[in-house]
Amino acid sequence: MWEYTEKVLELFHNPKNQGVIPPDEAPGVAVVFGEVGSIACGDALRLHLKIAVAEDLILDARFQTFGCTSAIASSSALTEMVKGLTLDQALQINNHDIAEYLGGLPEAKMHCSVMGQEALEAAIYKYRGINSPVHSEDDGPLICTCFGVSEAKLRRVVVENQLTTVEQVTSYVKAGGGCSSCAAQIEDIINSVQTSRVAVEVAAASTRPLTTVQKIGLIQAVLQEVRPVLQADGGDVELYDLEGDVVKVNLKGACGSCASSTDTLKQTIESRLRAKVLPSLVVEALL
Amino acid sequence: MNPVIYLDNNATTMVAPEVVEAMLPYLTCYYGNPSSMHSFGGRVARAIKQARGQVASLLGAEESEIVFTSCGTEGNNTAIRAAIAAQPERRHLITTQVEHACVLNLFKQLEKQGYRVTYLSVDRRGQLDLMELEAAMTGDTALVSTMYANNETGTIFPVEQVGAIAQAFGAIFHVDAVQVAGKLPLDMQNSPVDLLTVSGHKLHAPKGVGALYVRRGFRFRPLLLGGHQERGRRAGTENVASIIGFGKAAELAQVYLADVAEERELRDRLERGLLAIPDTVVNGDPQNRLPNTSNIGFKYIEGEAILLSLDHYGICASSGSACTSGSLEPSHVLRAMGLPYSILHGSIRFSLSRYTTPGEVDRLLAVMPEIVDRLRALSPFSNDQADWLQAQDSRQLATINNN
Repeated sequence: MWEYTEKVLELFHNPKNQGVIPPDEAPGVAVVFGEVGSIACGDALRLHLKIAVAEDLILDARFQTFGCTSAIASSSALTEMVKGLTLDQALQINNHDIAEYLGGLPEAKMHCSVMGQEALEAAIYKYRGINSPVHSEDDGPLICTCFGVSEAKLRRVVVENQLTTVEQVTSYVKAGGGCSSCAAQIEDIINSVQTSRVAVEVAAASTRPLTTVQKIGLIQAVLQEVRPVLQADGGDVELYDLEGDVVKVNLKGACGSCASSTDTLKQTIESRLRAKVLPSLVVEALL
Repeated sequence: MNPVIYLDNNATTMVAPEVVEAMLPYLTCYYGNPSSMHSFGGRVARAIKQARGQVASLLGAEESEIVFTSCGTEGNNTAIRAAIAAQPERRHLITTQVEHACVLNLFKQLEKQGYRVTYLSVDRRGQLDLMELEAAMTGDTALVSTMYANNETGTIFPVEQVGAIAQAFGAIFHVDAVQVAGKLPLDMQNSPVDLLTVSGHKLHAPKGVGALYVRRGFRFRPLLLGGHQERGRRAGTENVASIIGFGKAAELAQVYLADVAEERELRDRLERGLLAIPDTVVNGDPQNRLPNTSNIGFKYIEGEAILLSLDHYGICASSGSACTSGSLEPSHVLRAMGLPYSILHGSIRFSLSRYTTPGEVDRLLAVMPEIVDRLRALSPFSNDQADWLQAQDSRQLATINNN
């Protein structure tokens, strides 16, 4: 028997915002849905959003979920969390926030919160006309064929949740939970993420001013952390040049073609570089 | 809290009050060691002998053919290893895809040690194909090991025919009868079975005791070595009180076998009631099925969510869905049967006992339609033709078949 929090049980027994949002003909309003998971995997979520086009604002959110107690509770929590947010604000929500809203999830059930985050992105990207980030070909090869998990998705979840073991990865995205033949590859991904994280931390601990070479090395390490996240959404980032504290990057792919997401992205990368490398860094995206 | 309605008797059962009563003196007054020379221990040895007789009687076996164990898992491990040791020159083993984990995981390990293992498939009803078995048999086959009846679906295998085929090739025949003892009459005297596993807690004895039937004359190799308990076939001081309890439970079960038709009728009533809910199916062999088991697939909804909803009403059942297993994969039994995913994840097993009342079944039937309606209203799936569902179903099935 799983140990669920009161909040999980409450949202399971009395879920909020279940169902679909019917098409709305009203001017200035768009209705869209995003879906992830499958009946084969044992859980699937279809998230419906009603969006005020001019304000880029989520007016309403509903869900349909096939899945266990925590999948239903996570979906319901997500709909409560995103209502009233702008799309850019909503995109900041990650699986951790969903789990936190629920007062925590058993680790083996964390994949339910990941599913929520993915459905939210799927819905927003669909609305913005960006190719669905889920299971796309340019994600690279699948690492876990049992549950269809790509390397990009694995890197992303390892980075975002600071996972350190294969068991944790299985709990978060199911990868490795089937035939488990990919366990060694998951291990490699965890190790490579940890290596770049350590490099950044070592540099941060040093007190001497950074040389240009050091700066470039650290910026590269941070970008390596960010890249899988972008790649999962069909985009990419590349360091083009460094002039003093101005970091010039190429933003590529689906994300680069969308003006509003480019701004968000620039800010995200900049804040990460400032936190991890040097507070004075400025990011400039080459168009 | 609601009174518990326990419909999970294939997982474990209530200890019968008569069993507790029979055990108590051996937890309090008579704590002697049955191996001791004094009469205080001798008294305990006599009680164990009586229990051995009671279990032998339930199985239609002789007292000397019963070895007490700690559980079904130990019985199965011991039997399979003993069978291999009896004919060491033979290197091929046969079992089925739907065995309990304690059998399957042992066979997987034996494969790594160089044995060749055939895992027989089952059809949509969970039934074996005897032709497939015959085709797999060779002069190198040391052992055929199958269940008597499946714990998840209740499907009963044709044990007599399987045994005849095993015998024809000189292979040892082991049967895991954990789900059958106390539910169907057993007669080892007139059966082709060499080794048969039973477990106490499935028939109203406590957990921690089981028995292995070893046909007289079988060249047995023990798993545990040590003292001369169980005539050298299972070393270790006897779990006295539980063995006494197991004996009593076996005696009660044998009496109860005459009334098992009532339990079957109650099960059938439960099943008819659940099948009245749209988009539900029975998983298992309708002709050859345990009288107490009903495995129902509720399409388009997920098992753990159903179980938690039932739990709200104090109703206990179990599910083969991925979320309940903790392994992320749905039941290997239902997958081996080739059930579509729309059924797989929403399959619930209800298993009755002689203590199940018509009122309890009525209570289940009263709450189930509402639970199913509620979860279906939440589900994005509603029929098998949905593209989203279909595409995933076939893709995933292909993956599984490749593994």
